[in-house]
Amino acid sequence: MQVSIYRYIPETDSQPRMQDYEFERPAGRDLMVLDVLEQLKIKDPSITYRRSCREGVCGSDGMNINGRNGLACKTPLGAVVKNNRLVLRPLPGLPVIRDLVVDMTQFYKQFERVDPFLINDEPPPEKERLQSIEEREKLEGLYECILCACCTTSCPSFWWNPEKFLGPAALLHSYRFLADSRDTAKEERLSQLDDPFSVFRCRTIMNCANVCPKDLNPTRAIGKIRTLLVKHGT
Amino acid sequence: MVVNVSNFSRNGLSDFLLQRLTAVVIAAYVLCVLGFLWLNPGLTFVEWISYMESIYMRIFSTLTLFSITAHAWIGMWTVSTDYLNEHHFRSFGHVFRWFFQLFVTVAIVIYVLLGLWVIW
Repeated sequence: MQVSIYRYIPETDSQPRMQDYEFERPAGRDLMVLDVLEQLKIKDPSITYRRSCREGVCGSDGMNINGRNGLACKTPLGAVVKNNRLVLRPLPGLPVIRDLVVDMTQFYKQFERVDPFLINDEPPPEKERLQSIEEREKLEGLYECILCACCTTSCPSFWWNPEKFLGPAALLHSYRFLADSRDTAKEERLSQLDDPFSVFRCRTIMNCANVCPKDLNPTRAIGKIRTLLVKHGT
Repeated sequence: MVVNVSNFSRNGLSDFLLQRLTAVVIAAYVLCVLGFLWLNPGLTFVEWISYMESIYMRIFSTLTLFSITAHAWIGMWTVSTDYLNEHHFRSFGHVFRWFFQLFVTVAIVIYVLLGLWVIW
């Protein structure tokens, strides 16, 4: 199998290039894309990428795999390799630091903008703030996001206006707290979102839901934020 | 970086609702005219003029004209702030966007004046 990897080492490269490697796929079993990178790194230690847990929990190894964003550690070769060729590029829309490592500063800035923590100005109870089963169920499909940035960096609205459009991941987290029965800052949260860019720049093309490695649906969360904004503003 | 200053209402929710409301008005107008044509198969020019010159249709046409104007401006403003920005054209982004928005504004003003002249 031919593996083509996006290479950019700022100290030596004036511009990015693609470098090809030959990789022997073992017979009788499938490998994950991360396994391929790990083996290639033994041959060429200069290949640089992020990784940590290797089981789809940390969200470190998000990259563009044969044209589609995903986590290298949970993407099997059998699902993505076509014509015996694997092309690995960094996540699109963010500045490249080196090879497959991108600068996530803008992504995290947008995440911070939604105040991704529980706000409750009522006196704290003796033990904990309880929820009913129904209230807790509203958080399903929201709290599981691991901030891998696969969704946000596959969104053209984020590519074109990364400073103003929050992006699917931040908006999913925003709705996670808007939907939380224990949060008391809903009015303030909604007021912060009511401008032409933060939420409404989403054109519902659903790239985010299509690539999410955790099978979450940020588009649905954005739709629910819009509904809340309509109720809030009318 | 793109700014909100040339946005229709400078408020995301208002633009979002207005774009949908104007789309409903435009769709209703199209259905109304198509329905009239469908119900009058042997329509003559005199009957057509008489229908379009009725006060109800004149008001409806004017309402649709302004709906198209608002709908078009919100849509074109979105397109311009998506594609004519610094990410695509570096320091020229805001210049291209400014000229494009000026062109759209002039086109819309001409369209409205011409439309009002035709309707009334």
